[in-house]
Amino acid sequence: MLAIARQRILGQSFQKIRPAVSVLRSYSSAAKQITVREALNSALDEEMSADPKVFLMGEEVGEYQGAYKITKGLLEKYGPERVLDTPITEAGFTGIGVGAAYYGLKPVVEFMTFNFSMQAIDHIINSAAKSNYMSAGQISVPIVFRGPNGAAAGVGAQHSQCYASWYASCPGLKVLSPYNSEDARGLLKAAIRDPDPVVFLENELLYGESFPVSDEVLDSSFCIPIGKAKIEREGKDVTITAFSKMVGYALKAAEILEKDGIHAEVINLRSIRPLDRSTINASVRKTNRLVTVEEGFPQHGVGAEICASVVEESFAYLDAPVERIAGADVPMPYAANLERMAVPQIEDIVRAARRACYRSVPLAAAA
Amino acid sequence: MSTAFSAANFSTQSFPLNHTSTTTHDSPLVFAKPTSQFLRSTPKLRLSSFSKLNLSRRSGTVVAVSDVVKQKKSKSTPTLLITKEEGLELYEDMVLGRAFEDMCAQMYYRGKMFGFVHLYNGQEAVSTGFIKLLKQQDSVVSTYRDHVHALSKGVPARAVMSELFGKTTGCCRGQGGSMHMFSREHNLLGGFAFIGEGIPIATGAAFTSKYKREVLKEADCDHVTLAFFGDGTCNNGQFFECLNMASLWKLPIVFVVENNLWAIGMSHLRATSDPQIYKKGPAFGMPGIHVDGMDVLKVREVAKEAIGRARRGEGPTLVECETYRFRGHSLADPDELRDPAEKAHYAARDPITALKKYLTENNLASESELKAIDKKIDEVVEDAVEFADESPVPPRSQLLENVFADPKGFGIGSDGRYRCEDPKFTQGTAHV
Repeated sequence: MLAIARQRILGQSFQKIRPAVSVLRSYSSAAKQITVREALNSALDEEMSADPKVFLMGEEVGEYQGAYKITKGLLEKYGPERVLDTPITEAGFTGIGVGAAYYGLKPVVEFMTFNFSMQAIDHIINSAAKSNYMSAGQISVPIVFRGPNGAAAGVGAQHSQCYASWYASCPGLKVLSPYNSEDARGLLKAAIRDPDPVVFLENELLYGESFPVSDEVLDSSFCIPIGKAKIEREGKDVTITAFSKMVGYALKAAEILEKDGIHAEVINLRSIRPLDRSTINASVRKTNRLVTVEEGFPQHGVGAEICASVVEESFAYLDAPVERIAGADVPMPYAANLERMAVPQIEDIVRAARRACYRSVPLAAAA
Repeated sequence: MSTAFSAANFSTQSFPLNHTSTTTHDSPLVFAKPTSQFLRSTPKLRLSSFSKLNLSRRSGTVVAVSDVVKQKKSKSTPTLLITKEEGLELYEDMVLGRAFEDMCAQMYYRGKMFGFVHLYNGQEAVSTGFIKLLKQQDSVVSTYRDHVHALSKGVPARAVMSELFGKTTGCCRGQGGSMHMFSREHNLLGGFAFIGEGIPIATGAAFTSKYKREVLKEADCDHVTLAFFGDGTCNNGQFFECLNMASLWKLPIVFVVENNLWAIGMSHLRATSDPQIYKKGPAFGMPGIHVDGMDVLKVREVAKEAIGRARRGEGPTLVECETYRFRGHSLADPDELRDPAEKAHYAARDPITALKKYLTENNLASESELKAIDKKIDEVVEDAVEFADESPVPPRSQLLENVFADPKGFGIGSDGRYRCEDPKFTQGTAHV
C-alpha cells in the first residue's frame, strides 16, 4: 500500500515538474522552471547591465513593456536612452541600428513580428550582412535582430510566415532559433556578445511555456555556442530534425513512436545558419533515416538544405528517402480548421517517421 | 454644455492638434484657385452651423414647434447640412458600425472569433462621413481596422461576420480573416496587416482610374479612391512616397488620416517630430486639411470637397481627421497607457450621440424613428451572427485553392499531368 502511495506521489510530482512539452529526460529534481519570456527578459537584462553599449530599439519595447512583454521592466531599469520606443518605421530604425553598430554600439532591434522585417530587409541583408565582407573586415556589425517568427494562432496570411530559410540563405548573417528557456537564454546572450549580425527567431506561442532550467543556465555568464545543434532525445531508428516550436511536436511524436518500437532521435537545430551539419550527419549515419520538420513553406526551406547536406555527405548511409515535413504550400489561411491543416501537426511527423521506417501504408496524394 | 459641433470650444482644449483649417492657408503659391477656395470654405461652414445651433437651442426649449419652424424658414443664413434621408442614412450606418463592433467583442470573448481583432468604436464618423459619399465603383483601401469600412462600403454584415468566424460563406471564404477584408463587388481593396501597406495600393487604384480615362479612353471614368490609415502610418516612408507620386501625377485619391492619437501604446506625440499631420500635404503640393473626426457632418463636408476635387481631376488631398478609438488597439490590448481623462473627454463627444442630438434638435427625425433604426440594426447584427454560426467551416479541399489565378501554377506532377487535374490534388495535405 505504501508502495502504491509512493508511486502515486512520484507520479504526481512528475506531473508537476514535467512542463507542457516534455523536454529533457535527465534533469535534477530541484530544477527551477522559467518561461521562455522570462528567459529572454533576463538575458536582455543581464547583457544590458554587463555592457553599456547594448541598447534596445523597436516598437512598443519601452512604455508598453514590449508587444509580447519580452522587454518588461527594462525601460524603468535602463531609461529611455537605452530602451528606445520607435515610430512605425522599420526601414528607418533598422538602418539606424545598423549604423550605430558600425560604430561599435550593440543594438538589439526588435521586430514586432518578423513579417515586419520585410520592410527593413534591405538593411538586414545589404547593410548588415554584407558589410564585413565589402569592407574587408574593417566594419563589423554586432547587431541582433529579434522577434517572433512563424505562425501564431489565427493571425492570417500576413502575420504567419516563417523567415528561417530566407535569412539562412544569406552569407554574413547568423540565424538562431531557440526552442526552450535554456536555448532562449543561452542563444540570446551569445547573439548579443557576437560581433556579427544575428537574426534571432523566436516563437510567439512558446513565450508562455515553462521549461525546467538548471542553475548553470541561470548564471549570468551562461552562453550556448552558435552553430551547435542539440540532441534532445537519443534514438537509433530515425533522426528527426526540428527547430523552434516543432521541436516540441517532434518530441511528442517521438513518444508516440516509442510505443510502436521506433526509437527516434530528435535534434534541436538551435542554429539555422551556420547549420550543424556534422551533428546531423553523425546522427543519420547512426540511424540511417531522416525526417526534417519545419513550419515554413516547403520549397527552398530549411529541410531542403538539410536533405541536400545529408545526401552529399552521408548518401551511402541512407536506408530510406529523406522525408520533409513543412507547412502547406499556401499563404496561411485564417479559418481555424484550414490553419490547422496548413501547419505540421504531430500526426504528420509520426506518419512521416513511420514511412521512413517502412511501417505504414503507401504515400497519400501529396500536394 | 457644449455640443459636439462647437468648433470654438474644441480649439480651447490643451491638445496641440486642434487647428482650424485657416492655418493651412499659408501654403506655397503652387495652388490653383479652386483649392484655396476649398480651404476657405470649411471654417465658414463650421462657424455658421455653430451659430445656427445656438439660436435653435435657445428657442427650442421655450417656443412651440411651429414657431421654431417659422424661425428657421425666415433665416436667410445657410440651411441644414443634411436632409432627413441623408441624416437617417448616416445614423443607420454609424449605428451599424458600432453595434457590429460591440458584437465582435462579445463573440471574441466567447471564442467564436480568434487571432487579431481591431475594433473601430468611436471612429464611425470618419468611415460614414467619407464612404457614404462614394459610388459603388469608387475604391476604399483600409488597414487592419477594416470591419466598419467594409460595412460602410456595402459589404453585407453577414459576409463580414462569417469571415470573422472563419466560415466559408465569409467575404473572403474564411481565408482572409479580420484584417484582410476584400470585396471585388464593392471595390473594397483590403484589409492590410502592415502599416502603410494600403497607401501604395490605393495610389495604384487611383492610377488605374486615371489610366482608364486617359489611355484606355473610357472618358467617363472618374472613380475616386480613398485610403484610410492612422497616425502611426504617417511616419512611415511609404506614406511620403505616395504623397509625392499622387501629387506629381495628380491622381484621384484622398488620403484620410484617422488620427486617434495612439499607435498601440505609442502616443502620436512621442513618435512624431511634428504632430500636425495635415501640414505634410502642402509639403508635397496638395492641400492638407484638419477636421474634427468625431463630428460626422463636418467630416462629410470636407469629404465632399476632397472627393469632388479628385473627381474633377484636380489631384489628391490629405485630410487629417482627429478622432479616437474607445477600445484598445485590439481585443488583446490591455489599454493601460491611455489617460482615463482623455478617454472620458472623447467619450463625451461620441459621434453617434452627437448626430442623434443634431437630428432631433433640428427636427429631422424623431426619437422613435431613431429607436426604430437602433432596433433594426440590432436585428441585422443578430441575424449576421446566426448566419455565421450556422455556416459551414471551409472544407479540406479549400486549403489549396485560390493560391494562383491560374490553377496550373502548381506545376506538373509525378505522372506528367498538371497537378490541378489530379482529383486528389485539392484534398490538401500538410506534409508537403
